[in-house]
Amino acid sequence: MQPTDPRRSRAVLGLLVLASLTIITVDARRDTAGSPVDPLRTAAAAALGPIEGMAASVATPVAAIPNYFGDVSALRQQNAHLEKANARLTTRLRASAANAHRTAELRRIGMFADQKGYRVVPAQVVALGPAQAFSATVTIDAGTDDGVVPDLTVINADGLVGRVVSAGPQTATVLLVTDAKSVIGARLSESMEIGFLSGEGQLGSDAALKLSLIDHTVSPQAGDVVLTWGSRGGAPYLPGIPVGSVVKVHSSPAELTQTAEVRPYVDFSSLDVVGVITSPGNRTTKSTAMPAGGR
Amino acid sequence: MTTAARAMAVAVLIVVTVTLQVSIFANLSIRGVVPDLALLVVIAAALVRGPDYAAIVGFVAGLALDLAPPADATAGRWALAFVVVGYLTGLARQESDVSLLGTVAMVAAGAFIGTSVYALSGLVLGDPGVSVRSAFSVVPVAVGYDVLATPFVVPLVVLLVRRLEPAERW
Repeated sequence: MQPTDPRRSRAVLGLLVLASLTIITVDARRDTAGSPVDPLRTAAAAALGPIEGMAASVATPVAAIPNYFGDVSALRQQNAHLEKANARLTTRLRASAANAHRTAELRRIGMFADQKGYRVVPAQVVALGPAQAFSATVTIDAGTDDGVVPDLTVINADGLVGRVVSAGPQTATVLLVTDAKSVIGARLSESMEIGFLSGEGQLGSDAALKLSLIDHTVSPQAGDVVLTWGSRGGAPYLPGIPVGSVVKVHSSPAELTQTAEVRPYVDFSSLDVVGVITSPGNRTTKSTAMPAGGR
Repeated sequence: MTTAARAMAVAVLIVVTVTLQVSIFANLSIRGVVPDLALLVVIAAALVRGPDYAAIVGFVAGLALDLAPPADATAGRWALAFVVVGYLTGLARQESDVSLLGTVAMVAAGAFIGTSVYALSGLVLGDPGVSVRSAFSVVPVAVGYDVLATPFVVPLVVLLVRRLEPAERW
């Protein structure tokens, strides 16, 4: 191979590094109003999203063996669980385990939605962000065509999954609650105390969230259920969605707030079917809360 | 084949690689770390064509990884990381002929540099997901996994790029 001209080479390198730095600088100032890079991002979502969906559906027979296949290092712990479940599932596995699982999951999400009066768009996770990117995001195969827009709440049958951060025509990106950027208003279901749940950036089945209560005189108990507290207008999070339960409480006199470790109900290493809540439904709870003779 | 057609072919290769990486290969993660196929394509390009070409491939592949869903971080960070990796491995390739061991060493070094540059850019920009601790837990796994994936990916891409573009032209 003939050696490249070092001067041209350095010019190319300089140009590309400059281009990268420019994109970073322009995009780093991204705020709620968006960034100039967003059109590119939307275009990439429109072009690549459907391909990711296709790739994921091609991989379904392989990935179907499945939910137990998520993370190689977690396999050992899951093995015991798997063996127990195996006998029960073998017959169903033969007749397309993935579909049966998904149907059951969808039914459970549907039941939850009916109970709350939500309108839910079902979707499947088609791509996961790698740990190398230090963020916990997934792509789902529902987008603006299905009524999915940023800031909607995403759940699955077990509880809160995250919120939509961007949406293309056929796919959307969901920020998981375990991401370090994610902060949720939370409420303890026992004491009704409020606080904030923040992601720790971990992935996998041992992911934990950090709960900081506002009232430092209250101490959460292990086993307490944590629900979403809800934001104004129901975006990005609707109230009353189960997130996880308290597993460990850290209290230090030096700190103003009590913190606790919360284990989410959702297993983020084997996310498959999720539901995007596109409409919080009728506001029955509000009207029934009115005094009987008030009108 | 015209230059445009060749560029198109490489672009298709990059899109396919990035798509596979986030969809199918995401199911094969080790502690969340996925084999970085796009990085292997950049290194393969460096082995065949040298620093200029690899830096350009690195820029395009990195930008694709930055923009393809579900990426949510500041765009341009993977582009910067892969430009650096492509250029450096391309230079290293010129120093010595490629042996099997040399390729593995280049992949290991490339994965280390790429993931580290990305993590460092996150630290500089204040990305809450990146901490020194998380970087220390992710980078070694990433290097190991990329080395493992090398025999399955690099020879294929090297063959493909060789077929596409005869070396004399550059």
